[in-house]
Amino acid sequence: MSSTLFRATPLLRGALRASGAVKPASATFVRGKATLPDLSYDYGALEPHISGKIMELHHSKHHQTYVNGLNSALDTIAEAESKGDFTKAASIAPLLNFHGGGHLNHTLFWENLAPASREGGGEPDGALKKAIEADFGSFDSFRKQMNTSLAGIQGSGWAWLVKDKSSGNLGLVTRANQDPVTGQFEPLLGIDAWEHAYYLQYENRKAEYFDAIWNVINWKTVSKRFEKP
Amino acid sequence: MVNLGNIWQYLALQSPLQSISGDQLNASSTTAKMAVTSYSLPQLPYAYDALEPYISAQIMELHHSKHHQAYVTNLNNALAAVAGADITDQIALQQVIKFNGGGHINHSLFWQNLAPAISDDVNHAAVAKELVATIEKTWGSFEAFQKAFSGALLGIQGSGWGWLVKDGGALRIVTTKDQDPVVGGEVPIFGVDMWEHAYYLQYLNGKAAYVENIWKVINWKKAEERFLGTREDAFSVLKAVL
Repeated sequence: MSSTLFRATPLLRGALRASGAVKPASATFVRGKATLPDLSYDYGALEPHISGKIMELHHSKHHQTYVNGLNSALDTIAEAESKGDFTKAASIAPLLNFHGGGHLNHTLFWENLAPASREGGGEPDGALKKAIEADFGSFDSFRKQMNTSLAGIQGSGWAWLVKDKSSGNLGLVTRANQDPVTGQFEPLLGIDAWEHAYYLQYENRKAEYFDAIWNVINWKTVSKRFEKP
Repeated sequence: MVNLGNIWQYLALQSPLQSISGDQLNASSTTAKMAVTSYSLPQLPYAYDALEPYISAQIMELHHSKHHQAYVTNLNNALAAVAGADITDQIALQQVIKFNGGGHINHSLFWQNLAPAISDDVNHAAVAKELVATIEKTWGSFEAFQKAFSGALLGIQGSGWGWLVKDGGALRIVTTKDQDPVVGGEVPIFGVDMWEHAYYLQYLNGKAAYVENIWKVINWKKAEERFLGTREDAFSVLKAVL
């Protein structure tokens, strides 16, 4: 788990470095690149709730495309910066948000899933369980509210269980497309509501996907994120 | 009063781009006491498998009988609810009407601007002479237009649509997110659905191949008709299925 996070950190270093010293336009420089994190389970391990084919495409194709898009956006920004072309650099913001968000969201998503035969499914315990009951009434009510949020997404997007950094309260938010959860909220549990996350198996019956995914939620990961100071 | 039966007009009233003339408003108010209009799913002008091999029959069947039907059903439910709702609920329903009404409008236009690859209607040079002349004048060549349109489609982040529209006399390529309909003053010439459900079962993550193939099934005869006609003409498909 932490190894996946660790693998994602070079992109942050890369981003920092990319915004660093001015480089000659022709410079070839080596810097941190975002890379596709390995899954900690096999593509088929979430069956029958999420098919192996969906997982393979989702991870090896879709997530890879976000990784490539993020690296390409960072390259373009670095190159524009080296030429002092800040208009060009700023124009990349939507691509950085989309692909950077896609990389971040999927990295968090893979970690907060687990095979039903291992940590996946069931209910949270400990401090997280108490917080969910305090803020949503009950675990069941929380699950229903999260499914309502997911079903209400118009188009592509994500729903997240978040912790408000200032109050410590839990809440539900949705994000359009690949907009990442940033700012006042700490993302604890994300569910991908893009059609590519379920269509090959569930087609238009997305409510069935939203019901099934609770069998493969990794509450250990979610608890860890919740308890992180 | 807004005649809720005229879904595109209702949506247009919410659009800052659109100005509605007094005549239109008066015309609407005379029919405002009618029962709330119920929309229904338009029939396709071809069979589900008629766009093969470029769009599979399975995609077409789900897309039309499930996805489009869901927009129609949800739109009708929202329109029925809005009449008796208080103002706060009415405002909340606006987004539901916009999304599902947009879904109904977009798909109704989309089915019409597609045609089987073996039909004469896909031969742009033969059946869309005036439109193609204006396209060539605008983009330099037909191929340059196709490249620009395909680029716009592939640049959409998330779900959405690409449209060729006539704005005044000029042609423009626009993209819209989710199910936002083209409800300014523009005349939609043709649209391409870039939601994943439009291609995923066949093309998976290879959306560039879908975009390449959609050109084989664009109904240029319908596009020419819309180009030469008015906005009302383009939207007549919605009236036909009331």
